[in-house]
This record gives sequence, C-alpha cells and structure tokens, in this order.
Amino acid sequence: MFEPVLTQNVQRADSEKIATYLAHGGYAATRRALLEFAPGELVEMVKQSGLRGRGGAGFPAGVKWGFMPKDPNIPKIVAVNADEGEPGTFKDRLIIERDPHQLLEGTIIASYAVGAEQAYVYIRGEFYSGYQRLIQAIAEAYQHGYLGQDILGTGFNLDISVQRGAGAYICGEETAMLESMEGKPGNPRLKPPYPAQIGLFGLPTLVQNVETLACIPHIVLRGADWFASIGTPESKGPKIFSVSGHVNRPGNYELPLGTRLSEIIYAHAGGMREGKKLKAVIPGGASTPVLTPDQVDTPMAFETLAKVGSQLGTGAIVVMDETTCMVEAARRTAKFFAHESCGRCTPCRIGSQRLYETLERLERGAGLADDIERALYLAENIDGRTFCPMGAALVNPARSTIQKFRSEFEYHLEHGECLVKLH
Amino acid sequence: MLADPQVQVNDPRSRALLLSALYNAQEQIGWLSPQAIQQVAEQLNLSPGQVHSTASFYTMFKLQPGGRYLLQVCEGLSCYLMGGAETVLERIHQRLGILPGETTPDGKFSLQIVQCIAACDYAPAIRVNDELYGHISPESLDELLAQLSAQGEGVENV
Ligand SMILES: Cc1cc2nc3c(=O)[nH]c(=O)nc-3n(C[C@H](O)[C@H](O)[C@H](O)COP(=O)(O)O)c2cc1C
Ligand code: SF4
Ligand code: FES
Repeated sequence: MFEPVLTQNVQRADSEKIATYLAHGGYAATRRALLEFAPGELVEMVKQSGLRGRGGAGFPAGVKWGFMPKDPNIPKIVAVNADEGEPGTFKDRLIIERDPHQLLEGTIIASYAVGAEQAYVYIRGEFYSGYQRLIQAIAEAYQHGYLGQDILGTGFNLDISVQRGAGAYICGEETAMLESMEGKPGNPRLKPPYPAQIGLFGLPTLVQNVETLACIPHIVLRGADWFASIGTPESKGPKIFSVSGHVNRPGNYELPLGTRLSEIIYAHAGGMREGKKLKAVIPGGASTPVLTPDQVDTPMAFETLAKVGSQLGTGAIVVMDETTCMVEAARRTAKFFAHESCGRCTPCRIGSQRLYETLERLERGAGLADDIERALYLAENIDGRTFCPMGAALVNPARSTIQKFRSEFEYHLEHGECLVKLH
Repeated sequence: MLADPQVQVNDPRSRALLLSALYNAQEQIGWLSPQAIQQVAEQLNLSPGQVHSTASFYTMFKLQPGGRYLLQVCEGLSCYLMGGAETVLERIHQRLGILPGETTPDGKFSLQIVQCIAACDYAPAIRVNDELYGHISPESLDELLAQLSAQGEGVENV
C-alpha cells in the first residue's frame, strides 16, 4: 500500500492552520534544510531525487535550480505558479486550500537553495478561498519565525507575498505569468532568455509549480534516494492525479508516478459510472492527446505516455464513456483554447478561431465536405509555428480526437447529426 | 497583493501593484468605471491607457456594471460530461430570463459562461461571486436562486 505523502494532511480538521501542521511534524524540513545543509547541497539533493516539474512540462527541478546564478550580490526571486488553469486539473487547489504550509515550506527551502530573499505566489484569480488561506498561512509563518529576517538564526531572510491573477489561462505559462505579475497583459515573452536568467523585474527568477514545491520538504526529510525509489526510471515520486468525468468517484488521488491509468480509473476512482463502457480518456489535462480504451493500461509516467503519443501534462484524467460525442468534446476544448489565446501571434490567434469554427460546423451538422481535412490542416500549420507552447497545446486535443475517432466526425458530416446521444 | 510598503510610485515595481489596485477599485462599486480607471492610473503614475489595456486583458475585471450576483456557469468538458453547462444555462434562462452577458432588470443577477474553474470533482460547477457551488442539479440550482433572491438588500459580496 502506498502511503500518501503530499496529501497526508489534507483530511485533518483545520489542516490549513499552522498549529495542526506543527503538531504533525510541520516545518521540521525547513529547520533541517536551513540548519544542516548548504544551499548547493540542497540543489544537488533535488537533482538526485529526480523530481520533475508538475506544472505540465516535466522539466527536472534540480537542474532548473542549478541554472540560477550563484553570485550572492544578484537579487533573485522565486515565483510560485499557482495559476492552475489546465482544464481538468484541481490538484494545486487542494494543496493551497488544505495544506498551504506544505507549499510555504517548499517555497522557503527553494528560496534558501537558490539564494532568493523574495518569493511571490501567483494564484489563480478564481481561487478566492485559497487566496485567503494562503495569506493567513503566510501571516502565521511570519509569527513563528519561518519567514522574515534572520530565519532560525541563520541570517537567511525571506519575504513571501501573494498576487492574484484575474482570469486568463495563458498566465499559467511562466513568462506570461511574469508579465502579469508586473501589472501587464499576460502576453508570453520570447525564450531565451529563460526566467532563471531574466525573470520578474529583470531579476533571475525560479518559477515552480505548487505541487513541485510541495514535494521538496519530503525530499529534505526522507532523502533523495527515498523519493527516487518511488515511480519509474524517468518519473520519480508521488503525484496527485485529478480524476473527473464519467467515473463513480471523481477526485484527487495521490499515487506513485507509473501507476497504470486503468488502476486509477477502476480501483481508485470507483470505475465507470453506471457500469458504462469506457470510450476515451484524456490523461494529463485538456492539452494532452486523448487515449483510447486499448491504451488504458499505460503507466501514468512521462516516458510511457510519450510512447503512446500523449503526455503526462498535469496528470489530470478526464474519463469519457460510450455516451460521449467526441466531436462535441473536441469542439468544446477548441472553444476554450480559442477564447484563451492571448492574441500575440497569428497562427494561434486566428488558427485557434478557425479550428473552433470548423469543429463547431461539424458538430452542428453543417460541416463542409473538406472540414475534417481542414481541421487537420489547421492543426498541422499551428503546431510548431507559434510564439509560445500554447500552439501545441491547442492542436493536441483536436488532432488526436479526429485521428482516433474519425468515423464520428465522418458521421456528423454525412448525416448532420450525432452517432451517440449523451445521457 | 504586492503589499510592499517600501514600493515607491516611480519604482518599476509600482506597476506590479496594478492588478491588486484594480481589484480594490472594483470592490468599491462592483465594476471598473472610467473614473475608477483614471484614479488607479493616477495612484500608480500610469496612463489610463496602460491601466485599461491591462484591465481589459483579464476576464475578472468588469468594465461594465453587472448584477449583484454574478452567476458563472462552467462549460468545461468535465462539467459538460456530468450534465452541466448548457442544461444549467437553460435552467437559468427559464428562471431568470437572462442569457450569458445579460443582467436581470432588477439588477440582481448577471450571467456569464466560464471555462474550467478547477472544480471538476464537483461537476457540474458554478461560481456565484466568490463562492463555488458543485453538483448542480436543476433542483439545487432553483434552491440556490431562490435563496439569493430572498437575500436582503446590501448583501454585497464582490
Ligand atoms: C499555455 C500554458 C499554460 C500553463 N499553465 C500552467 C499552470 O496553470 N500552472 C503551472 O504550474 N504551470 C503551467 N504551465 C507551465 C509553466 O509554463 C511552467 O513550465 C511551470 O510553471 C514550471 O514549473 P514546474 O517545472 O514546477 O512545473 C503552463 C504552460 C503553458 C504553455
Ligand atoms: S501561441 Fe497563442 S498564447 Fe502563445 S503567444 Fe501566440 S497567441 Fe499568445
Ligand atoms: S470543467 Fe467545470 S470545473 Fe472543470
């Protein structure tokens, strides 16, 4: 049996309060990190652990920490990405609302490791109660001397402030987030330079997802080897999988990376609703390619999902049963991306709109003879031609759904209606 | 909230206060009027154009006045799969007579479509001002609307 790590506190009463957190070993990791380790040793430890980013891209966290300049005279910043906007994903919300101190510990340790004296949490605007809890948790951490000047007598200073986003998916992309934090519209920046070189206010900035940082205290307490012993060769540690759609028990399930998708759906999320047949699964949030029932035994890990043509993304699993119209599923997701394009570059701004219109026509039963080909052509010409990775994100669901469920699109085209009826 | 007391108005970081300044301004009268934009611009030593370009980028900043209760219906995939989105919008239309983008004549309710609000485990989900409501059914929606309608004047929750 796997013992929950990241979610071990979330069920407790008053789990968001520092008293509860301290009563269950909270802030021991911060003490240990600051009192027993040099910053460079922590960077090394996180590298050794094999921890990869949980915000979608899966970049090795320790490597990113190592990119931060070592010169102590350069002010540095840690920016926590709490914008959680990938449709289907609701794991960071759980940590923020139910265990904010775990996130603060990860942030404090990361800041100490890279030499940052200022950290910001950029929280999704809609997370109002999470915002309030985070503010409260930060105030408690200051009162207990885990934030502020000369933390634990080590001479290390750290301030954390929270900034609310205001409803824009693209602000989850790290450079758009930095723009937004500077009070501007959230248009992504060109990379390189990477945020570790030039980030917030022109300063080197470490951007890290909430769940990634939540792993840090556990790595410090239990060691890199322990963390690396969980998971698969290229995907280490525990992961919170958000499961939604046609299952009996939607929710967040923390399991080792590499757990089979089928085990998550059938054993943990209670199986298919009303005993219906599985038709399709999105494994890692709306921007990851859809899988079919024959792929449901795929282990949920970066390398295994890549092998079947999809991605781990945020680990958000959306389950669709036999009553789902896949044309409608594709249309809906395309609408989301068309709405959320920041408008900076043409292939995404116009392409996402045309892709949505094409799928909308097909769904409505008013498709033009070449609309299926048109959608694929648009996908081909958006992918790889955009300013930021949003282009790839937006074509994945449309293209994969057409490729795997083409007969449903053809049926819509020929008959002007749906092969299946929902509910 | 970069509530950093040391930040001076001419500091490049002062513009970073813009989103929280806009939230504060919006809280006053429920939306960002041209006067409010002007005031925020003066506070932070920015041009009204700069303030407007930021405000208009974000869906949570309201450049038009709306009802006391903003009903935000999630049309994300998970909410749709669980029988939400259009069915919820239809029900609201039946009960209140408003379509997305509209406000009831008494100024009580506005309706807006939103994308996944990270509550797919409670699908179908809606937000009313800053509160989240999950597992929305026609019945629970009716109940909620009745409750909000009955709530006395001055219950402001922006
Ligand atoms: C369109 C787009 C949206 C994104 N949204 C988020 C998000 O909501 N939360 C997040 O942590 N990362 C998001 N990312 C990934 C970030 O750019 C970045 O890789 C991540 O915050 C780095 O942290 P990590 O390495 O800990 O995952 C998004 C990326 C793209 C391209
Ligand atoms: S790909 Fe889309 S979201 Fe990214 S910069 Fe271009 S228009 Fe903006
Ligand atoms: S799809 Fe509605 S909350 Fe996620």
